[in-house]
Amino acid sequence: MLSVRFFASLRERLDCAALTLDWQPEWACIGDLHAALMARGPLWAEALDKPDLRCARNQQVADLQAPLEDGDEVAFFPPVTGG
Amino acid sequence: MSGRFWSRVQTSALDPAALEQALAAASPEAGAAVTFIGRVRGQDGGREVAGLELEHYPGMTEASLAALIDRVRERWTLAAAAVVHRVGFVAAGECIVWVGVSAAHRADAFAACECLMDYLKTEAPFWKKEHGPVAARWVEARRADEQRAARWRR
Repeated sequence: MLSVRFFASLRERLDCAALTLDWQPEWACIGDLHAALMARGPLWAEALDKPDLRCARNQQVADLQAPLEDGDEVAFFPPVTGG
Repeated sequence: MSGRFWSRVQTSALDPAALEQALAAASPEAGAAVTFIGRVRGQDGGREVAGLELEHYPGMTEASLAALIDRVRERWTLAAAAVVHRVGFVAAGECIVWVGVSAAHRADAFAACECLMDYLKTEAPFWKKEHGPVAARWVEARRADEQRAARWRR
């Protein structure tokens, strides 16, 4: 199982805060998951095809090359704007 | 809060006077204290702003703030440091973030406080949605914030 979370404008655009997905052995890195999510439809493809898209793996900042394992929590979000 | 270094997120109003007192109590030997208060602007770019809705990533936010404090502690000699950030709706004029740093002398306190804010702006998982009189919009990240944070990474 894989837990996927979306935040802020991305969450609103997808109308989705969280997903639970069955683990796929071919998902070697976050980029593979990203590609699978983009294949869910035109809305997902458009919303996730952003050069400034950020991601985290198990609540630590990561990139699309970061390895993925069964049980991980992956989050996608726009650049942060706190403070 | 406990000890000399702490951070937290909260939905309730920030009390800068109480936080400054707590910082002083945690580091009675420190000769310098620098505090920063970030407030919600009542207008931005000509638009009237009623307030900001702050979204965050529970769990990652707390870990991220603690890690930012650890990073400035590695770089400067600090007596105490704290970061407190609001989440949820914060009305115009209210305090959204408070950062306090104490040290033996002012140079370390000034630099560490500024660095903490610059890192927080570009790394901690918070997102602002600006609420105006009629519409709301997500605030976009500013390039200037990234450039400010990059100065400390050199």
